[in-house]
Amino acid sequence: MARMKFICDAERCIECNGCVTACKNEHEVPWGVNRRRVVTLNDGVPGERSISVACMHCSDAPCMAVCPVNCFYRTDEGVVLHDKDVCIGCGYCAYACPFGAPQFPSQGTFGVRGKMDKCTFCAGGPEVNGSQAEFEKYGRNRLAEGKLPICAEMCSTKALIAGDGDVVADILRNRVLNRGKGAEVWGWGTAYGSKQAGQPGVAAPAGVKS
Amino acid sequence: MKLALSIAVLSVLLAACGEKPQALGAVSKDEAAYKGTGKSFVAGGWKQGDRISWESQLKARMQRGQNDYSRMN
Repeated sequence: MARMKFICDAERCIECNGCVTACKNEHEVPWGVNRRRVVTLNDGVPGERSISVACMHCSDAPCMAVCPVNCFYRTDEGVVLHDKDVCIGCGYCAYACPFGAPQFPSQGTFGVRGKMDKCTFCAGGPEVNGSQAEFEKYGRNRLAEGKLPICAEMCSTKALIAGDGDVVADILRNRVLNRGKGAEVWGWGTAYGSKQAGQPGVAAPAGVKS
Repeated sequence: MKLALSIAVLSVLLAACGEKPQALGAVSKDEAAYKGTGKSFVAGGWKQGDRISWESQLKARMQRGQNDYSRMN
């Protein structure tokens, strides 16, 4: 299987925040933490565009590079996950992430920063698949249940696509060819086209500008 | 006296034996998603532990759920 990827089709996103709500509900994400959020560009101006943003599970993830305790790891499917038992909540990943994905729940007095929390691509964490411990720390492991991320599956306009990178690219390419516009996929180049650390770049889908 | 001395020496020498490893990169190994949860609350059409059936089921689910062109045409 190719790598798991997210794409948000800005031509389709209607800023309904269904993805945000579905994510919070599925994983019982605490107050103050939004693993996914909808960002609107040129809000109020004709032609405004909205995109749903979360951890993109980058090919060359900057969060992994800067973590001082090396709590991140990548699964065989390319999903970037982290171990909350190792995380010290320093916040370096939040500074490094170009998508603002890492979130820190306020815990204890004076809003002391807790362990980092982020989108898991609905793949849980290092605990046993489907266990209560995994759910409490990372949320539901839908991939192990043979399902796709809830945000994409709940998207009413199918603006947010998640899954195997090849299929994601095929779906978007087909849309672009049919409607003749909307080839700009924000975040694709940043997340999957990085040439840092000597890694080969990942080309955007044919006919799609990144 | 000898016994007390040897206990004192041994306690110093063995002091680090109970130390937990503090090496960086202590990321525990995650279980592969295709192995499933071992519970019945999973999507149908694949066998838990079978990577090939898991992958093909996910691809079929993507086409069915997210590719509206293929569903409508």
